[in-house]
Amino acid sequence: MTVDLLIDWLNTIGDFPVLAFILAVVISGIPLFLVMALNAMVAVYVERKVSAFMMDRIGPMGQGPGLHAGKWGLLQTVADAVKLLVKEDTVPESSDKVLFKMAPFIIFIGAFMGLAAVPFSQTLQVVDFNVGVFYIIAVGSIGVIGIVMAGWASNNKWSLYGAMRSAAQIISYEIPAGLSIIIPIMMAGTMNLQELIHFQSGSVWGILPNWIIFNNPFSFIAFFIFFISAIAETNRTPFDIPEAESELVAGWMTEYSGFRWAIFFLSEYANMLIVSGLAVAGFLGGWQSPIPGLFDSGAWGLFWFMGKVASLIFIMMWFRWTFPRLRVDQLMHVCWKVFIPIAMLNIFGVGIWKLIFG
Amino acid sequence: MGIVHGDQMILNIGPQHPSTHGVLRLEVKTDGEIVSEVKPYLGYLHRCFEKHCENVTYEQVVPYTDRCDYLAAMNSNFGYVVAMEELMEIKVPERVDYIRVIMGELNRVASHLLALGVYGLDVGAFTPFLYMLRDRERILDMFEYTCGARLLYNYMWVGGVSHDLPKDFVQICLDFLDYFEPQISEYNELLTYNKIFIERTADVGVLPADVAVSFGVTGPNLRGSGVKWDVRKDEPYSIYDRFDFDVPTGTGEFGTVGDCFDRYWVRMLEVKESVKILRQALKDIPDGDVHQAIPKKIRPPKGSVYRRTESPRGDLGYYIVSDGTPVATRLKMRSPAFTALSVLDEISRGWMISDVIAILGSLDIVLGEIDR
Amino acid sequence: MTFAEIKATIEKQYPGSVLENEGLGDHQVELKGEQWIEIATYMKTDPTLCFDQLECITGVDTGEEGPLQSRYNLHSMEHRHKIEVVICHDRKNPKVASIEQLWRIGDWFERETYDMFGIVYEGHRDLRRILCPDDWEGWPLRKDYEGQESYHGIIVPKIKEEEGWE
Repeated sequence: MTVDLLIDWLNTIGDFPVLAFILAVVISGIPLFLVMALNAMVAVYVERKVSAFMMDRIGPMGQGPGLHAGKWGLLQTVADAVKLLVKEDTVPESSDKVLFKMAPFIIFIGAFMGLAAVPFSQTLQVVDFNVGVFYIIAVGSIGVIGIVMAGWASNNKWSLYGAMRSAAQIISYEIPAGLSIIIPIMMAGTMNLQELIHFQSGSVWGILPNWIIFNNPFSFIAFFIFFISAIAETNRTPFDIPEAESELVAGWMTEYSGFRWAIFFLSEYANMLIVSGLAVAGFLGGWQSPIPGLFDSGAWGLFWFMGKVASLIFIMMWFRWTFPRLRVDQLMHVCWKVFIPIAMLNIFGVGIWKLIFG
Repeated sequence: MGIVHGDQMILNIGPQHPSTHGVLRLEVKTDGEIVSEVKPYLGYLHRCFEKHCENVTYEQVVPYTDRCDYLAAMNSNFGYVVAMEELMEIKVPERVDYIRVIMGELNRVASHLLALGVYGLDVGAFTPFLYMLRDRERILDMFEYTCGARLLYNYMWVGGVSHDLPKDFVQICLDFLDYFEPQISEYNELLTYNKIFIERTADVGVLPADVAVSFGVTGPNLRGSGVKWDVRKDEPYSIYDRFDFDVPTGTGEFGTVGDCFDRYWVRMLEVKESVKILRQALKDIPDGDVHQAIPKKIRPPKGSVYRRTESPRGDLGYYIVSDGTPVATRLKMRSPAFTALSVLDEISRGWMISDVIAILGSLDIVLGEIDR
Repeated sequence: MTFAEIKATIEKQYPGSVLENEGLGDHQVELKGEQWIEIATYMKTDPTLCFDQLECITGVDTGEEGPLQSRYNLHSMEHRHKIEVVICHDRKNPKVASIEQLWRIGDWFERETYDMFGIVYEGHRDLRRILCPDDWEGWPLRKDYEGQESYHGIIVPKIKEEEGWE
């Protein structure tokens, strides 16, 4: 959407379509990158504080604005980021240097491309694809190539284990996630994210918002399958077996440090944002207000969308600091023997539901 | 799960690894994720404890025992002084016995809390670890209040203890117990009854009773396999025969008797039993002089003694051979973690790498004591 | 069973295997090294003795002139009785049969005693040093042990007689 508007506007200035296209992409890409960096910074800070409060600690308190001790460690992530950026760039002697250096960028590209289609509000969306849902799911899988590359190129057994686990996990969990996100598509009859959100306006029975999650029992179940699969896709506890620090040291990231590692980190948090965004757009009414008709216009859209995304990310953090980690075979068991059959039944059920009530 | 012979890969876990609980190297033969052999390599932390003991006087051995099992230094002291008193036939005052039992049990609680918390960490749960450390901290504060040290106490001496209890210690300790007992159910809600935790530990690494006995596994690990053996009950030392407490054993609540969950659960129950003992000891503690029976010079008669005590990790034995001089001819420590580690290969074959970490964690080893 | 009964049972089963030794304590019995593996098997499997747990193996060096000893602390989980078996070895050529396959923990205990005293347990399947590095020289806990000067370029601290550590 934003890109299209930009191209139209640039075309009014003069007749140079190729240049206008490149300019528009660059201009809309920079804020996207800023969103990604800002998201990671805020999320890391919040994660530190959330984990601290859950563990009966106080978390970072030292860094922050102010002359003496600082306040609530507000600048902790800034300090972390600076530390990572100025750290020595180490590449193991025996690694495959080309792949080793390439891997972070591929992971980053996957996350960056996904972010382009996230509908932050009615108008704030870089590209409004007509196959937005499909696009996000598709580019989400690019990351796994980077992970396998990183694990292989590090020439380290821990990394290899991590990469193999990660590949198996992400590919497996894409199936229940994909099967569950089909349900909103079936309900709304569109893959366009904006249209999908517009479909969810209004209310049911006058109280509940007309979100797809409340539409029928099948979509209610589908939301949870999607959300749990999304956590697994972002490699977070209880599905963090690819980087399981007590088993694999740091999994596929073992040999990375400094800026390359920071990129992994950035992508991880961006991925959390993307999958939560998709869940919000697909099931929770996107940028629509939870009270139908109230605070529904303009900048409120951004507020509601980010609020819902933040709640989902908070739940992900909550999980992380509560649950132990699954074992790799249990993980596969949950995916293939529990989620996929339920997701299949869900699709069937929604079809019947639509036939009867729709 | 059976053993698979396919393309095998050797994986070195340690000496620097987050889950080896110290400086331990495991050479693991794996086929994919499945482990077919685990070979522990020890000695990275070998500090010649036994050689030291042959070169220092008997009094000077006590600080060295601290450094063996550094998570339960009181119990290490306890074992040594009990063995020495048996060799020298010293009768210590009542108060000393009570103080020793209180300290030993407090340290057992502290040590088990760390073991349980770290076990949570091994299977990926971070928060319970910090909850347990928070409560362990209060026990360490009490030790600091009593003898000035938080980790390595040098508190129990042959014939007595280094300092008497502070005047308000009994009240502080009772307050702690009142605070602590409800916490146990919080740990259970957070970790023990978590579905994922049960899935990860139940039926994993089953250690049958006969294998456990043959491998000399003792303490909570043996009781997890269903064998009711506790030195405090079956071969009472000090004044343990006066207290009323149970010896919890593994029942296979969620899986098979002797699995990782049972070993974990026995520790949790033992913490409750220790609290029971503490309450009784704090109630009955008499007055007296704690330095009265400390000999001026320690010269045990010619002979030898083997005395075992129940440390949080199992039967902690001291074998002392004396030739009548103030320096031991031979002092051997029979370390419970040493025997527990030896069984690792036997019970981890055919399990996955994640399970090997879980099994190792459930055995609760301390490398300081294994390598000595 | 009391200690005297256990001793008598062994004496009856293997006449001449129990040696007299004045210096031993209450629960100790000295046995002949040659017959150790048979006696051990008997002690483990006989239902009246049933020593199913090997508590500890301690190597002892009785001094420059005296023999080396292996001391086995045995315990029965079933009958709750215990005994300590002492076996003396020739200083020049310390050797005894391994009980590693009877009590599995014997594996590591024998390796440890071998590591510290150089007592060879014949029939042990994997008799290596356990606590010291594989290429360490000498048997550290023997009374006549002379530490090596340096180990891979690291100077080994010396112990002085009577005065403790240098």
